[in-house]
Amino acid sequence: MPRPEASPEILPLRVEGLSLTLGGKPILRDVSFELEAGPCSVILGPNGCGKSMLLRVCHGLLAPTELLAPTEGRVRWCGPGAGEAERGQAMVLQRPVLLRRRVAANLEYPLRLRGLAPNERRDRVAVVLERASLEALAERPARALSVGEQQRVAVARAWAVEPEVLWLDEPASALDPGATRALEETIRRIRASGTKVVMTTHDLGQARRLADEVLFLHRGRVLEKTAAETFFEEPQSEEGRAFLKGELLT
Amino acid sequence: MRAVAALILALPFIACSPSAEAPETLIMASTTSTRDSGLLDDLLPRFEAETGIAVRVVAVGTGRAIDLARRGDADVLFVHHRPSELEFVAEGFGLERLPVMYNDFVLVGPREDPAGVRELGDVAAALANVAANEVPFFSRGDDSGTHKAELRLWAAASVEPSAGASGWYRETGAGMGATLNTANQTPGYALTDRGTWIAFRNRSGLDLLVEGDPLLRNEYGVVVVNPERHPHVKAAAGKRLADWLTSDAGRAAIAAYRVGGEALFFPIER
Amino acid sequence: MAELTEAFRSALGLIVGLDPDLLEIVSLSLRVSLVALVPSMLLGIPLGATVAIARFPGRGFAVVLLNLGMALPPVVIGLLVYLLLSRSGPLGDLSLLFTPGALVVGQTVLVTPLVAALSRQVFEDHWTEYEETLRSLGARGARAVATLIFEARHSLLTVLLAGFGRAITEVGVAIIVGGNINHLTRIMTTAIALETSRGDLPLALGLGVILLALSLGVNVLALAAQQAVRRAEA
Repeated sequence: MPRPEASPEILPLRVEGLSLTLGGKPILRDVSFELEAGPCSVILGPNGCGKSMLLRVCHGLLAPTELLAPTEGRVRWCGPGAGEAERGQAMVLQRPVLLRRRVAANLEYPLRLRGLAPNERRDRVAVVLERASLEALAERPARALSVGEQQRVAVARAWAVEPEVLWLDEPASALDPGATRALEETIRRIRASGTKVVMTTHDLGQARRLADEVLFLHRGRVLEKTAAETFFEEPQSEEGRAFLKGELLT
Repeated sequence: MRAVAALILALPFIACSPSAEAPETLIMASTTSTRDSGLLDDLLPRFEAETGIAVRVVAVGTGRAIDLARRGDADVLFVHHRPSELEFVAEGFGLERLPVMYNDFVLVGPREDPAGVRELGDVAAALANVAANEVPFFSRGDDSGTHKAELRLWAAASVEPSAGASGWYRETGAGMGATLNTANQTPGYALTDRGTWIAFRNRSGLDLLVEGDPLLRNEYGVVVVNPERHPHVKAAAGKRLADWLTSDAGRAAIAAYRVGGEALFFPIER
Repeated sequence: MAELTEAFRSALGLIVGLDPDLLEIVSLSLRVSLVALVPSMLLGIPLGATVAIARFPGRGFAVVLLNLGMALPPVVIGLLVYLLLSRSGPLGDLSLLFTPGALVVGQTVLVTPLVAALSRQVFEDHWTEYEETLRSLGARGARAVATLIFEARHSLLTVLLAGFGRAITEVGVAIIVGGNINHLTRIMTTAIALETSRGDLPLALGLGVILLALSLGVNVLALAAQQAVRRAEA
């Protein structure tokens, strides 16, 4: 698929000194990292480490409490106030909400919001349905599908806008192994299409299967950002080693 | 957005226009007694047949009817409280008051007649008895013609009734029929016009107890609303109605109207 | 008890005999209330949705105001609308007073706050579920409201029925702004009030039975439609 028309580039995305406090509780503390185009980045960390919140802030659903102003011209922020940059990205929430309409209409919805002409929308929906292997479900009411099918529709809906960056929050958390396999296949195809995938997961096996690089998040801080192989073979941090051994619970 | 607003404004007009609009229509503010007795249902079709003018009746208490006419919401006033009607004309709201007909008020009350007023014939004495025995009396209390007449009768009986929750004098604040419904349930006395009484279907324990006293005369007059006050008023058509009501044809129709064989209203000779 | 029996008998007599006056009154009642529902929904639903979704200073006050509107006594609304439509009032030139149009206006003013208040609750519940998804997809403002209205369509049918119920059963507004004029603005409820004042209680009650049956019929129809739509979608 071609890149979306005239969408400003988000990548590389550099986040510097990001902090988030919710209800007086610090969720993210002084987080800094840079995401480059290409590799599938998996954010790992124990429950409650702030993974989901980090994705929400990056996507623009939550405003950061603090964020150091980027110093270099190439750095762009895609959160609130980023204007057109928002259009170059999409997100799939952990519990996706599909609209009460057919699957194809769900995929078409964000395209209409982006002002695509009807025939463009139709073509794009057909392509995405095929790529996500959802043709058989196209005419089904989305809300009547199984959890796994709904998750794949949500991912396809996000993919339909051909984002530069796709944020996936625990995409397989509620799925059985079969549905997980189907979903991971879709994620691989998305990555192959040139979209940067950034996802969180608590499933180490899934991280090993999908990750090109790992961001290890612990208690609101990024402790490691390394190539996946490096992280799984010799993690740099104490906490990373403990996490891989299954000894780090919070 | 503008189209939606226009649609909303237009809806009442397009969706609910009356099925067959008569060429000319009048709004007449009248009292519940003329409607509830069935008189207007008998008279107005005759008038329409003769003139082609359809009359729409808004039946409320006399006080409210006069207020409607004062605001220009009616073309013709047909009520029964002469002083108020004359005042309405004197203030310039009405063209001229024409006397149309009369009937009389009657005092009704429990068949057992605990105040002993039956066949006293003297309404002032009867009301004085009701007050002395503190038997429940139900007043309209709504500034209607009947209410105004009732207050005049209490004055004649030299009684000053004051409404109280537990007292014997009770104001229903409702129409004649509703007040009679209340009186037959309690039971208690009430002043009503004869027309409503004869047409009333739910008398059960109530009896007519006092009638025939000259004080009980109940006169109806018609007034056309002054177009100088309210230019939209259909004064010409209103004038035709007022003239017809007081014409030979109108008076004959009033005199001929019967309920259960009884005449309810008597035309006033000119 | 004898009166109740007679009431049912008179209701049955009116229905079986297809009394033309009754048909006229029933058809006017239905027409007025159904027509009044259109502007009520067009105004009330977006209003309810906006108050549910928008965050603005004084929003809590707006919610209280909406809920208060639900409890406004019909007679007060009738009086306000009367003063508006009266020849001496600001909208007197429309000549709407004592016409079916006045009934529509009155019932619209009566029902709109109810629709707005009930739909606000519906939208708040839906917004909790949809907010992040819609924002993430890029729907905002009027677009988000429109989507939410569509998504809440099943719950809104219940709101519609509640609005219809309030419109068709009220009498205070109809008497004051309609005038209960025979063959013009006489509807079920004002006819019932009239027969009560004439002391014909069985006839009044009979009309009441018909009104109840009518409301029941509309509810059954609406619920059947809802079921059919649900089945078609599932």
